[in-house]
Amino acid sequence: MKTDDIPQDDNPTLGGVRKQVYAVDDDGRYTAKPTTGWEVESIVTSQAVAEYARLAADALERARAGSASPLEFHMYDRRLELPTLAAAAGLWQWQVRRHLKPGPFRSLSPAQLELYATTLGISVDELRGLPA
Amino acid sequence: MTTPISFTHRHAGHCESGVISSLLRHRGLNISEPMVLGLSAALTFAHFPFIKVGGLPLTSYRMPPGAIYRGLARRLGFRMHTERFRNHAAGARALDAHLHRGQPVGVQTSVFWLPYFPPAMRFHFNAHNLIVFGKDEGEYLVSDPVFEHPQRCPAADLEKARFVKGLLSPRGLIYFPENVPATIDLAKLVPAAIRRTVNMMLRTPIPFIGVRAMRRLSVKIAGLPKAVDPRLARLYVGQIVRMQEEIGTGGGGFRFMYAAFLQEAGEQLNRPHLIEASAMMTATGDAWREFASVSARYIKDKSQVDTEPLSRAMAVAADHEETVYRFLLKPH
Repeated sequence: MKTDDIPQDDNPTLGGVRKQVYAVDDDGRYTAKPTTGWEVESIVTSQAVAEYARLAADALERARAGSASPLEFHMYDRRLELPTLAAAAGLWQWQVRRHLKPGPFRSLSPAQLELYATTLGISVDELRGLPA
Repeated sequence: MTTPISFTHRHAGHCESGVISSLLRHRGLNISEPMVLGLSAALTFAHFPFIKVGGLPLTSYRMPPGAIYRGLARRLGFRMHTERFRNHAAGARALDAHLHRGQPVGVQTSVFWLPYFPPAMRFHFNAHNLIVFGKDEGEYLVSDPVFEHPQRCPAADLEKARFVKGLLSPRGLIYFPENVPATIDLAKLVPAAIRRTVNMMLRTPIPFIGVRAMRRLSVKIAGLPKAVDPRLARLYVGQIVRMQEEIGTGGGGFRFMYAAFLQEAGEQLNRPHLIEASAMMTATGDAWREFASVSARYIKDKSQVDTEPLSRAMAVAADHEETVYRFLLKPH
């Protein structure tokens, strides 16, 4: 890549952050130069963000219908899924899977609720509730 | 406020190589980021179908986290001071104590909990690296190589980011070089480091690493439309490109950084064949960018079903890689 070819696409996903990339200048020498982003990166980052948003929206609908616990919504909303949430909370996946159901979720102890809330970085009240 | 440490922040292409280069420069050893990448032999390609990240297979264009500083310390012969902690408070105290002594500290963190990251980039990736070089009114002064300028991070957030659990969890890891060598014997180290990278890319006996892994993945991508539904196929391809372009400097970026290493080494050692290899590595990076481009088009255009163009682009990148490694293997 030539320095003139370094993309400067003002990626919205970078929020104004400029990254450093290595490219070849006119004299054939490598140099590091900042970039405002490449559209390709923006596309794949947005795709990953959108996938979590889609999973969260599905979970929200299920939670409102009473077929899933609020935990499932908050899990996706915080960009986690079953294996990563279990690992981050230090629980087994079968335990977390149970807590994604409304019944077992309601009978969680205050300590368990606190664990999930801390892992997700939200309050216990937020964890129990759903966005309006 | 602790005594301010006079520390020069440097914008880098990748977090770990940037952190190591800056920490060594702080100690008076002038070593560029590409040189750190090259000498640590951290360039690679790996695709593990059975290790899942966010439900999708792990693709990596560089050695696992920690390989850069470990590889470099071993080759240059310096000692890296490392500490991990069970206890959060002990981890915070140790960091503060090093800062108090005037020591800038390398820290491994999750990206998700760092408030200064743009929201769209905050994923649960636990192997980010940054330098803490001071503390002021409950906030750490952070030199994050991925950012153009130094940042500030509230102490509670950094602690959370240091002690996340899960894949590649940092367990509070902090590190800094205890000593640095006075000089670097490039004539000896460069060929050894290159040999290691070339061997890994061409001769790794397992098919998940090296050029062979690229070819396997290329075949797999061609078969995606038949194997899974279109949404999953797009996520699968997206993950490969994300690991290439977004996490650190990724694939294309790493190839260019390695090309910069080959050029710098070639000039310092006066070896024309390394300069030639540098140009070939640049072409390799360009081939990866082409793959990313073609893939992004496929991800965006929902009417495109055929993944043949992606598969071909990756096969081209694999050919470029093989050519440059074979060239480096020949005696010059």
